[in-house]
Amino acid sequence: MSANLMNGARILLECLTREKVDVIFGYPGGVTLPLYDALYDHPLKHVLVRHEQNACFAAEGYARSTGKVGVCLATSGPGATNLVTALVDAMMDSIPVVAITGQVTTKLIGSDAFQEADTFGITRSCTKHNFLVKKLAELPQTIHEAFHIASTGRPGPVLVDIPKDVFQATTHYTPVSHIHLPGYKVYTEGHAGQIRRAAQLIWESSRPIVYAGGGIIAAGASEDLRELVERVDAPAVCTLMGLGGMPSGHPNFISMPGMHGSYASNMAMTETDLIIALGVRFDDRVTGRLAAFAPHAKVIHVDIDPAEIGKNRTADVPIVGDCQKVLEKLNQELRDSADQKERNEAARAGWRARVRDWMHEHPLEPEFSSDEIKPQHLMSEIDRISGGEAIVCADVGQHQMWAAQFIRFNHPRLWLNSGGLGAMGFGFPAAIGAQMANPDKLVFAIVGDGGFQMSIPELATVANQNLPVKIIVMNNGYLGMIRQWQELFYNNRLSAAELISFPDPEKLAGAYGFKGRTVEKPQHLRAALEAAVAEPGPYLLNVRVSPFENVYPMVPAGGAINEMVLAPPQPVEA
Amino acid sequence: MLQLISLLVENKPGALLRVTGVLSARGYNIESLTVASTLDPELSRMSIVVDVDPSQRAQVIKQMNKLINVLQVSDLTEGPAVRRELALIRVRATPQNRAAILKEAEIFGARAVDSSVEGFAIEATGDSEKLDEFIEVMKSYGESEVTRSGLVAVSLEAKKLKLAPPVKKDLDLETKTDGVLK
Ligand SMILES: Cc1ncc(C[n+]2csc(CCOP(=O)(O)OP(=O)(O)O)c2C)c(N)n1
Ligand SMILES: [Mg+2]
Repeated sequence: MSANLMNGARILLECLTREKVDVIFGYPGGVTLPLYDALYDHPLKHVLVRHEQNACFAAEGYARSTGKVGVCLATSGPGATNLVTALVDAMMDSIPVVAITGQVTTKLIGSDAFQEADTFGITRSCTKHNFLVKKLAELPQTIHEAFHIASTGRPGPVLVDIPKDVFQATTHYTPVSHIHLPGYKVYTEGHAGQIRRAAQLIWESSRPIVYAGGGIIAAGASEDLRELVERVDAPAVCTLMGLGGMPSGHPNFISMPGMHGSYASNMAMTETDLIIALGVRFDDRVTGRLAAFAPHAKVIHVDIDPAEIGKNRTADVPIVGDCQKVLEKLNQELRDSADQKERNEAARAGWRARVRDWMHEHPLEPEFSSDEIKPQHLMSEIDRISGGEAIVCADVGQHQMWAAQFIRFNHPRLWLNSGGLGAMGFGFPAAIGAQMANPDKLVFAIVGDGGFQMSIPELATVANQNLPVKIIVMNNGYLGMIRQWQELFYNNRLSAAELISFPDPEKLAGAYGFKGRTVEKPQHLRAALEAAVAEPGPYLLNVRVSPFENVYPMVPAGGAINEMVLAPPQPVEA
Repeated sequence: MLQLISLLVENKPGALLRVTGVLSARGYNIESLTVASTLDPELSRMSIVVDVDPSQRAQVIKQMNKLINVLQVSDLTEGPAVRRELALIRVRATPQNRAAILKEAEIFGARAVDSSVEGFAIEATGDSEKLDEFIEVMKSYGESEVTRSGLVAVSLEAKKLKLAPPVKKDLDLETKTDGVLK
């Protein structure tokens, strides 16, 4: 028998190894048993999660924190369908993930066999591309194509569905050296003429603003972004997906725009005469009412996905390309034309002063109280401990917005959240993936009392893997974001918003063999957080915060972003 | 407006599903769609008519271009292209109007492909407006049933097919394969 006669399961592991995969997150089932058998004595690390959705979220956490492809694995039928939410999440946020699912034996496909689901059909719209491998001979090629598609161009999730008999069949394995996807065209370089026009527009502008998003992170363009911002000396905003793309402490950084963005960001985005849009998609949460968005602005739009350019807002200078490559050239162009800088510099200095005034008028400032922990207080304490260096995985809700507003990031790939889909249950499993990828880093999972209860099964995973994730539950006793909207827009008729019966964290963590506690007093918060961080293993800290705090500023849905509600209505004397 | 797009697609499983899926997910209404293989049996040609807001025309093309199995996308709504549709019409005829129906078909350049005591099956091709007219005329003669193919088109300009080249995967080919399995 020849040395390279291998079965499909083994060949798959071989291909994953060649793609430099070092960990996969998964959950076994009937049709993936041959694969799990091959994993039994294979060096590739497999992390057993407690729900397939979390396998994919963990793979995303791995990918978001490293830029490498995250890999998850599920069985056919229910295993595959459990992945769907997280695949959509990865799709919306352009995260490179390869999901491998088992499928019933090829002969049974289409017969409503036990645990058969049309995974290929179901996941067509929630992946960048998907494959059903019907022959073992196609497997190596397909796996490498999947990694290529997931990680290049606009990244995204790719699913490979593999029937049980393909795992079991044997063949002589020859490694693949080339792949050919003739219809997969990626334009990375950016059009030189357009880049020159962009530089021209920049020097002509009086009120420029840099609007940077997840594309900066995906492209690894932080350094180039910083150079651009400094060269033009323009104010800069980062979207929820772009936080960390620019150091939060940078003097030109004026925080996040949009629904819960800073006053200065939203005012500047409204008054600007030139938006330099980099790896963003003019999402409705950023633009508010589109017709009223940046009414005086010309737009330079750089994106690797041509379909994003002009989708929501017409671009005056469209540039299809990778943000890093385009910015490198744009910076060069700006250097070469530096003599033009003076032309409008006086106007731009005035603009900077105006933006600074807006920042001082309504800064993002944490609230404090001596008798209850304010959510903003919690976030600023986490910020103090992190010092801009910790990985922070947020779930979805009010806590996510406060974390985005008050925690600073010195680098990209530290802030992980479900931006486009807003999927509750993301934060904790994403932290598991991030901690696996970054064993020596401090990783916080900041979750709400609602979202945390969607992820509780994964307490077993952190215990099992002894992952030192710091789970911080911002416990307001409510589905806070729901309560806020019901208070503001539904006459405070709180319907299904209260969360009664939160488990005792000490007992809950204790049941899994690690420490947990509740903190309620502001004067105990700092020590409690420090104790959690000092713990070598996982820690569950339940922080009771004021229940009725709302996230401000807030742009009501459908409103223009300069029409922010800045603070709660002041109580009137009876 | 009605937009006519012509796609050159790899003949891969699910390719049709991907095209129709993207169109429906983005809210574009498919008016007609035809698919058949090309001279190269590995490729298919799709002609699709979608009902879109004019502002969305470019977006439809871009979304089609994003599909990995789609090799080429052309907007043939206007410009140098031949656009044709086929209609098969079964019309009930009486001994009195048989000759008139055949004459009418001849005027439209259509022809009877089947004849029986009940009537005719007639094949007509042309642009959509011409077919509309012809069908109206046939209906005036008697009970009719119509099957239309939807528009198919061929561009009159040679458009160079731009394909992505093969990529060398930067794989660690030295990785030891230590597995010997049954
Ligand atoms: C899976 C899912 N279901 C429902 C929602 C709608 N939703 C958005 S925020 C929110 C409340 C979250 O509550 P909690 O986790 O306690 O966080 P808080 O807002 O209180 O910080 C809900 C229900 C969602 N985003 N995701
Ligand atoms: Mg809550």
